[in-house]
Amino acid sequence: MAIEKFVVVGASLAGLRAVEAARKAGFQGEITLIGAESHLPYDRPPLSKEFLEPADGQPDPPYFREESVFADELGVTLMLGRPATELDVEARVVRVGTDQVPYDALVIATGAAARHIPGAESLAGVQVLRTLDDSLAVRNALDEGARTVVIGAGFIGSEIASSANKRGVEVTIVEALPTPLVRATGTEMGPAIASLHERNGTSLRCGVGVRSIEGLDRVEKVVLEDGTEIPADLVVIGIGVTPSVGWLEGSGLRLDNGIHCDETLWTGVPGVYAAGDVVSWPNPTLGVRQRMENWTAAAEQGAAAARNALDPGNAKAYGTVPYFWSDWYDVRIQHVGTPDADEVVLVEGDLERAPATDNRWIALYRKGDRLVGALTVQGQAEIMKYRVQIMKGASWEDALAHAARRREAHAAKLAAV
Amino acid sequence: MKILVDYDKCTGLGICESLAPDHFEVNDDGDLVLLEEHVSDEDIQAVEEACAGCPTEALRVER
Repeated sequence: MAIEKFVVVGASLAGLRAVEAARKAGFQGEITLIGAESHLPYDRPPLSKEFLEPADGQPDPPYFREESVFADELGVTLMLGRPATELDVEARVVRVGTDQVPYDALVIATGAAARHIPGAESLAGVQVLRTLDDSLAVRNALDEGARTVVIGAGFIGSEIASSANKRGVEVTIVEALPTPLVRATGTEMGPAIASLHERNGTSLRCGVGVRSIEGLDRVEKVVLEDGTEIPADLVVIGIGVTPSVGWLEGSGLRLDNGIHCDETLWTGVPGVYAAGDVVSWPNPTLGVRQRMENWTAAAEQGAAAARNALDPGNAKAYGTVPYFWSDWYDVRIQHVGTPDADEVVLVEGDLERAPATDNRWIALYRKGDRLVGALTVQGQAEIMKYRVQIMKGASWEDALAHAARRREAHAAKLAAV
Repeated sequence: MKILVDYDKCTGLGICESLAPDHFEVNDDGDLVLLEEHVSDEDIQAVEEACAGCPTEALRVER
């Protein structure tokens, strides 16, 4: 069947990369990009980082492309502020309220939504941070010097706390788990990274849950399970996300921690592919089924899903060594691969001292006799060398030998200064 | 074919280094170093993936 109508649902990074890849691949038919938010596609990483930091006036929203690029250069019809409401795979139609958008090939990139704390949604000053509007609300509150409580010491919560700290406002992070960042970085490195908060004057309370978030119309305080009351003008909830698949219930797509796809990002339903935070797929590079929540995967999957959707006979598997980064208190944290390891070894750095040029923290993750992950703090020169090694299936022994050579070379360089 | 870097945009995230290590490397200061600005036909696919992979859109190839 000739593909004449290509539809992408979800107008964030993966959706944008899907429509761009379609044109790059020479697709000449109609393209429609459907997005729930009224904004043009924008970049999310800055929303919890530099977009919140002190600035003269309001910073420009991080839009990827101007509207004219979609209309003139890409020939894409935008349907923004229009959440898709139903997928009919028999009729090959996406329903958007009462409108019907027919497709020959479809990429679903509806992403994920921030989890809220039930009951707290209606209180002014209580925020999640996922969208541009969320970030603007947080930014405005910080501008007014809001006493800030961040619930959840994951990467997003930590970035927000770091930005609030830079504003000089009072900021406390509350984390229900005894040790933060374990799921993302493992039990060894999680506490070390979390120590950056206290080193920089942000209070971190771990191992205690939130009993209630209280106030009349506006939030006034957060009450913890142990009875502690923390006064607050702004509460930001960073307790993770849920894939946005509610509109697909009953569509016939397999939904299991996102949209269940094969190695080529195909849903198993003719013409329908998925990309970005919403997709669960077997990552052939690591040999495990995963759902990613990072920039690199969203960008690459968007493009890969579009190419495969438009030429299913030549569909290619999508594999990656996952990568994410996080910037707090002027240090950069980078992770490649997986934290699911048999052993984590610190190959460089002293965790008792703050990370710095002369104290890079570098940890390697071993599974069996393979290198499967690496984490660096202020190790920008090192991290990608490990990503390459993991792509090539490097042995643990080789990775340790590499680390030793690099450590010696770095020490010699510092000694020469 | 030649690589152009917008150093005002680049923050040294390094994805380019992992996809095209013969052309890009992040140094100890966290800054990107262009190891080889010219791109051969053999390398173009990897370099284009590196450019597409840049979260700050700091890279492009001039043909």
